[in-house]
Amino acid sequence: MLAHYAFIGVFFIAAASFPILPLIGAYFLRPSRPTEVKLDTYECGLEAIGDIWVQFKVQYYLYALAFVVFDIEVVFLYPWAVAFNQLGLFALVEMAIFLFILIGGLVYAWRKGALEWV
Amino acid sequence: MPDIQIPSIDLGVSLQLLIIFGGAMVLLLADLFSGEGNKRIVGYIALLFVVGAAAAGVPYWDAPRSTFNGMLVLDNFALTLNWIFLLSTAITILISLEYLPRQGIERGEYYALLLFALGGMMLLAQGTDLIVLFLGLELLSITLYVLAGFAYPRLSSEEAAMKYLLIGAFAAGFLVFGIALLYGATGTSSLAGIANKLGSGLAADDVAFMLAGAALVIIGFGYKISMAPFHMWTPDVYEGSPTPVAAFMSVGTKGAGFAALARLLLVALGSQYATWGLILAILAAVTMVIGNVSAVAQTNVKRMLAYSSIGHAGYILMGVLSAGSPAAANRGIEGFLFYLLAYSLTNLGAFAVLIALEQRGEAAWSLDDFAGLWHRQPFLAIAMALCMFSLAGVPPTAGFWGKFYVFTAAWEAGLQWLAVVGVITSAIAAFFYLRIIVQMFMRDPVREISPSLDRNLMIGVGLAALGVIVFGISPTPVIDLVQGSVLALSR
Repeated sequence: MLAHYAFIGVFFIAAASFPILPLIGAYFLRPSRPTEVKLDTYECGLEAIGDIWVQFKVQYYLYALAFVVFDIEVVFLYPWAVAFNQLGLFALVEMAIFLFILIGGLVYAWRKGALEWV
Repeated sequence: MPDIQIPSIDLGVSLQLLIIFGGAMVLLLADLFSGEGNKRIVGYIALLFVVGAAAAGVPYWDAPRSTFNGMLVLDNFALTLNWIFLLSTAITILISLEYLPRQGIERGEYYALLLFALGGMMLLAQGTDLIVLFLGLELLSITLYVLAGFAYPRLSSEEAAMKYLLIGAFAAGFLVFGIALLYGATGTSSLAGIANKLGSGLAADDVAFMLAGAALVIIGFGYKISMAPFHMWTPDVYEGSPTPVAAFMSVGTKGAGFAALARLLLVALGSQYATWGLILAILAAVTMVIGNVSAVAQTNVKRMLAYSSIGHAGYILMGVLSAGSPAAANRGIEGFLFYLLAYSLTNLGAFAVLIALEQRGEAAWSLDDFAGLWHRQPFLAIAMALCMFSLAGVPPTAGFWGKFYVFTAAWEAGLQWLAVVGVITSAIAAFFYLRIIVQMFMRDPVREISPSLDRNLMIGVGLAALGVIVFGISPTPVIDLVQGSVLALSR
C-alpha cells in the first residue's frame, strides 16, 4: 500500500517543477534592466502610499464575527428550507432553538456596542 | 426523494451538558441586563446552574447509556468526572465572586466563559468519539485563552494568554494530525470502533499509521495535562493568569485532559498497552521528577504551585497508565478518579488562600508573605496547612489516600520502579510544602499584609479544606463512588 504513495510523490515533484522550471528558464533568458518604477510595489496601478505595516482597526474583526452569525444561519437554514416537507415538526423546533441562540448572539453584540463604528 | 430519518436522540445523556450550555447563554444575556459594577448576580446565577447540573446527573447513576450514534455516553465514569468538574467550577465561582471586583476586572462574561469551559470539560469526559473529544478540547481551550487574559490591561495576564494561545494552538495541531492518522489507519473515529478494528488486526502498513497517530494524539493531550516534556508553558501561564483562572486551569484542564486520555488509551488503544505502557510510565516518572524538583527552587508560591501541579500530573498519569495493565485495570481507574478529586479540592483550596493574600495591584505570593499568617488569619493558615499536607500526601488527608491508591495501582501493574520514583519525589515535594507551613506557624510576619477574606471566599476555602480533611479521615464514600465508576467503563 505504501507504493501508492509513490504516485503522490511523483505528482508532488511534477507539480513543484511545473512553476519552478519556467521561472529558472526565464531567469536565464530574459534581459535584466531594473528601474525604480519597475521595482516598486504593484498596487492596482496606482502609486503606493505609505507602509504595508499599518494598524488595522480591531473593529473589522467584530464585524467579521457578527457576519459569522448570519453566515452560519444561512448555511443551516437553506438545506432545512429545501427539505422542510420531510423534516416536520421536530426540525421546526430544532431550527427555532437554533435561531433563538443566534438571535441571542446578535442581541449580545448589539448591546455591547459591537455594531457601532467608533 | 428518499425519506429523511431523524435520529432518535436520548437527551438524558446530554442533560447536564444542555443545562451548562444553556446556562452559559443565559449568563451572557444576564450580563447584558445587569448593571455595571453589580456582576455578582451573574455569578450567583452561574452557581445555580452548576448545582442544577450536578443534581440532574443523580438519576443517571448506574444507568449507562449513549446517544448521537454512540458519540456521547453517560456512564458512571463520565458522571463521576462531571461531578468533580462541577464541584471544581462551583468552588472557582465562589472564590472569584469578590476577587474580580477587588482587582477591578469585574466583567460579566467571566462566568459565562467559565460555564462554556466547564461544558468543554464535560464533553471530554462524556465523548467516545475522536471528533467529540477534539470539539470538547477546543471549547475548553478557547475559553481558557480568553480567561487567561481576563485581567486585561495587566500585561502579565496578556502575556499568559498569548503564550497559552500559541502553545495551545500548536498542541491542537498535533491532536488533529493524530486523529487524522488514527482515522486513516482504522477507518473510524469512534473509540469503540477503533478498538474493534485493532482487535481484528490491522494491515502491516496501517499499524505504522496507527502508532504515529496514537503518539500524536497523546502529545496533543500531553500539552493539556502538562506532562513532561510538554509542560514548559504551565508556570508562566499560571503565574500571569488571574488567580481563580489559574486555579480552574490547574484542576479543570488537567482533569478533562486526563479523562479524555484515559478513555482513549483504555477503550480505543487498550490492546496496545504493551506499546504505550512503558513509554507513558517513563514520561510519568520524568514529569514527577521535573515538576517536584523545579518546585523546590521557587520562592514565588504561585509558581511553586504551578510546578507542583506538573508533578501531580505525573501521579495522576501513573493511575491512568496502570489501568491499561490487566492486573491493575480497576485499581488504576479508581486511583485516577480518587486522586483527581483529592487534587482538585486541595489545589483549589491552596489557590483560594493565594487569592485572599492578593491585594489590588500587588501580589503577595512570596514565601515571606506567608510568614506569621497563623497570627493574623488562623482560618486561612489552617486551610493552607491542610492543603499543603494533602498535596504532600500526609495522612489523614485526601491527598494521602490518592497517592496510596495510585502507588498501589502502579505496583500491581508491575511498575514497581515507578511507584518507587513516586515515593521519592513525594518526599522531595514534602520539603517545599512543609516550608510554607513552617513559615505560617513558626515565623513572625515579615511585612504587613491584611488578607481580605470575604464570605464567599471563606465558603470556597472552607469547602475545599473540609473536603480534604473529611475525605482524608473517612475516604469510604469516595472509594465507593470511584469503585462504582470503574465497572461501567466499557472495555
